[in-house]
Order: sequence, then structure tokens, then C-alpha cells
Amino acid sequence: MSELSVNHLLGIKYLTLKDIDLIFKTADHFKEVINRPIKKVPSLRDITIANLFFEDSTRTRLSFELAEKRLSADVVNFSAASSSVKKGETLIDTVNNILAMKVDMVVMRHPNPGAGIFLSKHVDASIINAGDGTHEHPTQALLDSYSIRERLGEVKGRKVLIVGDILHSRVALSNIFALKLQGAEIKVCGPKTLIPKHILSLGVTVETNLIKALEWCDVANMLRVQNERMEISYFPSTREYTQQFGLNKQILDSLNKEIIVMHPGPINRGVEITSDVADSKQAIILDQVQNGVAIRMAAIYLLASKIQR
Amino acid sequence: MSQKVLLNSKEINIILHRLACQLIENHPKFEDTVIIGIQPRGVYMANRISTVLKEEYGIKNIPNGQLDITFYRDDFRRSDKPLEANKTKIDFIVEDKHVVFIDDVLYTGRSIRAALTAIQSFGRPKSIELLTLIDRRFSRHLPIQPDYNGRQVDAINNEKVKVHWKENEGEDAVYVISK
Repeated sequence: MSELSVNHLLGIKYLTLKDIDLIFKTADHFKEVINRPIKKVPSLRDITIANLFFEDSTRTRLSFELAEKRLSADVVNFSAASSSVKKGETLIDTVNNILAMKVDMVVMRHPNPGAGIFLSKHVDASIINAGDGTHEHPTQALLDSYSIRERLGEVKGRKVLIVGDILHSRVALSNIFALKLQGAEIKVCGPKTLIPKHILSLGVTVETNLIKALEWCDVANMLRVQNERMEISYFPSTREYTQQFGLNKQILDSLNKEIIVMHPGPINRGVEITSDVADSKQAIILDQVQNGVAIRMAAIYLLASKIQR
Repeated sequence: MSQKVLLNSKEINIILHRLACQLIENHPKFEDTVIIGIQPRGVYMANRISTVLKEEYGIKNIPNGQLDITFYRDDFRRSDKPLEANKTKIDFIVEDKHVVFIDDVLYTGRSIRAALTAIQSFGRPKSIELLTLIDRRFSRHLPIQPDYNGRQVDAINNEKVKVHWKENEGEDAVYVISK
């Protein structure tokens, strides 16, 4: 019998390959559940989960909330915009106040890297990192790998290209850890200013020519340019970025093989990918969203089963 | 640890035929009847019943599904070992059907309680019946009884009833194992 090696889901770098396999296997079952007429199981009736979002999110928050509700957990939502954080309360105080109301698990998104890890050391609840600044976004990486596995059979040996703002992307970092662990080859592509200096130490290769990189890959994960995290200009203009690193139908059709196009959302249509690519058969963007619920149900279920009664 | 044979292959075969006949008696046309094996071990039994109905009595095309009850169990976070899920495969409609649950051993009744909840996620059956190979009577925790039963056993609590199937363990047999 197997269980996760961790008590919190803080980042992919703390997981083992066995953990990822277990999450995927469990997600397979939940994917079947969410396609039933009644998409709900009673497993987590006695668990209360707080979703703490100190940073904006639509998809991730909704996906977590749906996953929690489909496991029959009780859910409380919290967003920083309408909270006492504005009044100067510290993170630990905020969370401890919430935990005093008997919450078993915390799903947190926070603008500061390491916020989840910090919290896990100071409060008594199972923590799931739903994105911590530019650091990690483990459930996104898991659902990305799961979607690749679903489409291509396995992740091992596949060539995955990550395009765009690697520097500010927690999705990129978590994806690199997850794909490496599963034995994929990874290449990153983007303006040199948006590729971190020591990226090679993670065992990935760098290519600045988009066409060459696309010719190489089986899967292209097109990231969003995160203007909100950029205090300085990393490239001359959005137009120039699109010309060099944007994926359009013409480029996609000119490749010598049919690659899979992924995007973690939200899409800036016409910037990193054009609408006709986003809506094409090669894009699995909506599969990613559907798989997100199953993956999050699996992660929550497996972590909840380790909470002591 | 000792084990004794409760049923041998010949006895199991006779029982499977009898259970199949009893099903036919209650479901003369099998038009609205579906059978569902409870994961993990009821699936072998369901497949065997389905084969007997098909090969011996010419009753073909009975929908045969598999239901996993892991997420509906009442011992989540109570049992020492983690619960591992199995595949659910019900690719037919259960709404307004006569459902026959099939499991190998009926013990506390808790699995069947979970299965009764689980099946509701797929629709509202017209009726639900239970068919088991072994009924461990006097050990029930819930008011659940089989409608079709192979053999009743008075196994006490530290004894275990283990059903072996040809396709999995290489032989058809039922053992009572005492520690």
C-alpha cells in the first residue's frame, strides 16, 4: 500500500517519482468520478479546507474549490483584498486565527517565494502551495505532466519546450522539476533577459530561436508574459516579443511534425499564442483545465488521508 | 496459522450454477437487469456468473460493470493502512434498472453500505439486490443481508475467509484461515 512521502504539497522538488505516480493513479480514478452524473464522493466530509489567496487567481482558485467540494470537504475562502492583512496582520497570525476555527488544510497562494514552506513550519495544518511568487506552483506542474501523459502515453523521453517568461514563472520552475523527475528532456526558449542565469544547472538546454526550438519538441508549453511582476522592461515591446516568441498557426503548420500546444492560462491571445492556435486541435489547454480538478482532488485526498484524527 | 478448505472447485462450480439459476428465476427476461461486481474481488465472481449465464443458459448481453467503493468507505483516516482505489467501469445506464451487486464474501456489510451510496452517483436504480458466494453470518455490523447466497459460514472474528479464483490464484477454492 502506498501513501505520499510528504505531509504538505509545497513544491515538486520535495516529491519523489513514486509520489507523482501515486497522484496520477489517484487522479485517474477522480477523473472517472467527475464524469459521472453525480460528481461527488463523501470521503472528506470531516475535513475543512481554507483557501487563502493573497494574490489574484481565477482558474486555480476555482479549480481548488471545485476539487474540495467534489470531495465533500467544507470550504472557506479568503482573499487578501478584503481581509485584515490590509490592517497589518502577519501571515502566521492570519493563518493561526483561521486554524483556531478548526481548519485541517490550507491552500495558499502568496506573492512571496517560500511562503508555504514558512507556514508549514509554524502552523499545525496540511499546506498546499497554490503558487508562491516566482518559486513553485506544484499542482499546475502535476496537471501539465498528467495532460502530457494522457495525450502521449508517458512523459519519459518526451521533448518538452517551455517558451516565454522563464524568469518570473513558477509554472516553469515546477514544470522543470516535475518533467526532470519523470525523465523528460526540457528546453527553454525566450528573450535572454527572461531566462535566469543559472538555468543550465537545472539540466535544461536553452534556445533563443523559436522555430528551431519548435522543430525539436514534442510538446510546447507557452507561458504568459507576466507584466505584473516586471518592474523594468525586459524586452522592447509586446509587439516585438510576439514577432520573435509568439506562436501562430502559420509557424505551427510549417513544422515537420504535429506538436502539442499547452498553456497554463490565462492566455493573452495574440501575444504568446494566437487565437487560431489556442483553439486548434493541437492545443490541449482545456484538457489541462479539466485535469486540474482531478489532480487537485488526488493531491487533497492523499494529503487528507495523512491527517491524524 | 492453519487453513482448511471450505469449498473446492467442484462445489464452487455447483454453487455458481445454482446462483445463476436463482437469478434467472427472479429476472426472467434480464431486460432491465445489470450486474455489478464490487471491486476488487467481487469482479472475478461477477465475471464468472456472467459467463455461466451466457454459456450454460444462453443469456447474453447482460451489462456487467465494476464498482469501486474506496471513496465511499466509512473508515477513511480510520484505518492504519492507506486506502487504495480501483477502477470503476460502468458504461451503461443504471437509472431505472434492476441492479445486482456481486461480491465474494459478505462480512460486516460495510462494503455493501458503501456500494449502495456509490451507485447513487450513477442514477436511481429500480431495485438493488445482493449476491454473494460466502455469507459470514453473525458478523454483521449493519442490517444488510444477501438475496442470493452460496454458502453460510460461522467463521469467528480472528478467522479469515479467502476466496481463490482460477483466473487470479490459479484455482477455484474457498479457505478458512485461522491465526
